[in-house]
Amino acid sequence: MSRIAQTFKELKKTGKKALIPYIMSGDPSLKATKKFITDLERAGADIIELGVPFSDPLADGPTIQGAHERALQNGITLKKVLHLVKEIRKTTQIPLILMTYYNPVFKFGVDAFVRKAVESGVDGVIVPDLIPDEADELIDSARRHNLDTIFLLAPTSTPDRIKKVARASTGFIYYVSITGITGGKLSVSRPMKETLRLIKKRSKKPVAVGFGISKPDEAATIAGLADGVVVGSAIVKLISQGKSIDKFVKSLRKAI
Amino acid sequence: MKKELENLPDKKGHFGQYGGRFVPETLMPALIELEKAYKKYREDKEFLTKLALLQKDYIGRPTPLYHAQQLSEQLGGAKIYLKREDLCHTGAHKINNALAQALLAKKMGKRRIIAETGAGQHGVATATGAALAGLECEIYMGSEDIRRQALNVFRMRLLGAKVTEVNIGSRTLKDAINEALRDWTTNVQNTHYVLGTAFGPHPYPAMVRDFQSVIGKEARQQILKKEGKLPDCLIACVGGGSNSIGLFYAFLKDKIKMIGVEAGGHGIASGEHAARFAGGSLGVFQGCKSYLLQNDDGNVLGTHSVSAGLDYASVGPEHCYLRDMKKIEYTYATDDEALKAFELLSRTEGIIPALESAHAIAEGVKRASVMNKKSVLIINLSGRGDKDVQEVARIKGINL
Repeated sequence: MSRIAQTFKELKKTGKKALIPYIMSGDPSLKATKKFITDLERAGADIIELGVPFSDPLADGPTIQGAHERALQNGITLKKVLHLVKEIRKTTQIPLILMTYYNPVFKFGVDAFVRKAVESGVDGVIVPDLIPDEADELIDSARRHNLDTIFLLAPTSTPDRIKKVARASTGFIYYVSITGITGGKLSVSRPMKETLRLIKKRSKKPVAVGFGISKPDEAATIAGLADGVVVGSAIVKLISQGKSIDKFVKSLRKAI
Repeated sequence: MKKELENLPDKKGHFGQYGGRFVPETLMPALIELEKAYKKYREDKEFLTKLALLQKDYIGRPTPLYHAQQLSEQLGGAKIYLKREDLCHTGAHKINNALAQALLAKKMGKRRIIAETGAGQHGVATATGAALAGLECEIYMGSEDIRRQALNVFRMRLLGAKVTEVNIGSRTLKDAINEALRDWTTNVQNTHYVLGTAFGPHPYPAMVRDFQSVIGKEARQQILKKEGKLPDCLIACVGGGSNSIGLFYAFLKDKIKMIGVEAGGHGIASGEHAARFAGGSLGVFQGCKSYLLQNDDGNVLGTHSVSAGLDYASVGPEHCYLRDMKKIEYTYATDDEALKAFELLSRTEGIIPALESAHAIAEGVKRASVMNKKSVLIINLSGRGDKDVQEVARIKGINL
């Protein structure tokens, strides 16, 4: 069982939900990212999503777009992020997921990326612009090397898509809470509850919900509906303002 | 071979190894819905009759195939014909696709359409289609392009569209597409995205090609009537590649030389260009797998061209496939060559071409002069140059 699946299993035993913060690698520096990971773990994070910067992050809203731009200006590349993970693995065993657009992976070489990621200590990968229909190469390689592939579902997803995405996902299924981009405004709508119900009906895999969750009370509501809560833009915003993320992450932990 | 070329893409939208769908999952139901609607209406008699009528009475089709006698004589080689897409309503071939997609959006029950624009021609065409179909319209445009194409910005606003400035990244076409995709992801339930070129996720490359293929269908009939034979060579500029595939598609089964002309900017060695085949490599960008100008880490490089419409980092996936099949040859024209062609056509024929089309003219000039007098060359004059006059004056240091 993968480290991600194990985490969800243990949380379930104690009736708890996974807190999954997202930060951008190298924003404002790789050294800072290293420290943030330690801080996040200490504040109660169960799994951490590490962003890989890309020139054209079309699934991201203005806050995370800004983080992509800053990280790129700092010279951060996929190779450097993999190296960072290797470094981090000397001090923590918290599950780490890379969130990267597809082209950096494609350019790296899909199989080479998967091997290098696993070797560095990455547990899973989320590629927001890659749908299972185009992911044969990534899925084949990831299965061989035990890397979790987490695919996304959305309020617009039809039963056909739910089936396909649920089957292709390992570790957990990522449900995008809003019809939109990261950092949008959350609304706990009927289609959302309905889609979550459909996902749960089709699959026993854990479901984490992300996009648009920025406050502890929102996190609490989502935790009531899913197995995990992803918070990205709100944390990235604090980092961009040079503020501490500790208190905020602790408040999220407490809320769920 | 013939079948292979014409029955593409496959079910998943692949042209060989190119194309496909690389988008956020949120958009998948919309792409599937669009594909179904497109398949239905391209065989729907009522839809096709309405489109044909508008092509005739509104766009002004068929556009003439004009024998550029002075230019041909001056170059002393091939007989040059210009396919006059510049005479389309709104001034470029873009309306062929935008109007058809606006009608399709209406049929699909969408109340709003959005689009990206580089040179502004597709934005104007989409705003026009929206006005005609009674749809809300928002156009995304990079701030750098807004500066270069101020006239078109005002035209879009006159047509009732909202023009939204995109002030991130390189502030050109690619960033406008990112923003349009973000808007579509957010408003997908009531909005149709009118993508302006034969690019992006399936079914766009095939759908836009089909809506533009009227160019080649007409040109084929017209040249057979005028010359009693097929042309020896076809030339068109390639940004995303919609005017070129529109011209070439009806000739794919013929043995004809076809040349696509990319933007060479300041030259390939300078790194400041938009010649994806000359300077790019295989990548995945804005919805499909294709040739891409990118660095070693897979980040998309900035591009440069004097023409906003060709200033784009990737190219339509079908072009990549047809290049592999050796059916189409690709080359580039630099800014300087395009500017010279812009002036040459203006003076010899009294036709001011769009700077995009001037790239095709530049290659046509090179080719025609070494072809014999019996040979026939068709250049796609994809748009008129009124929108570029101010920018050309600026480059020449003339204060208007």
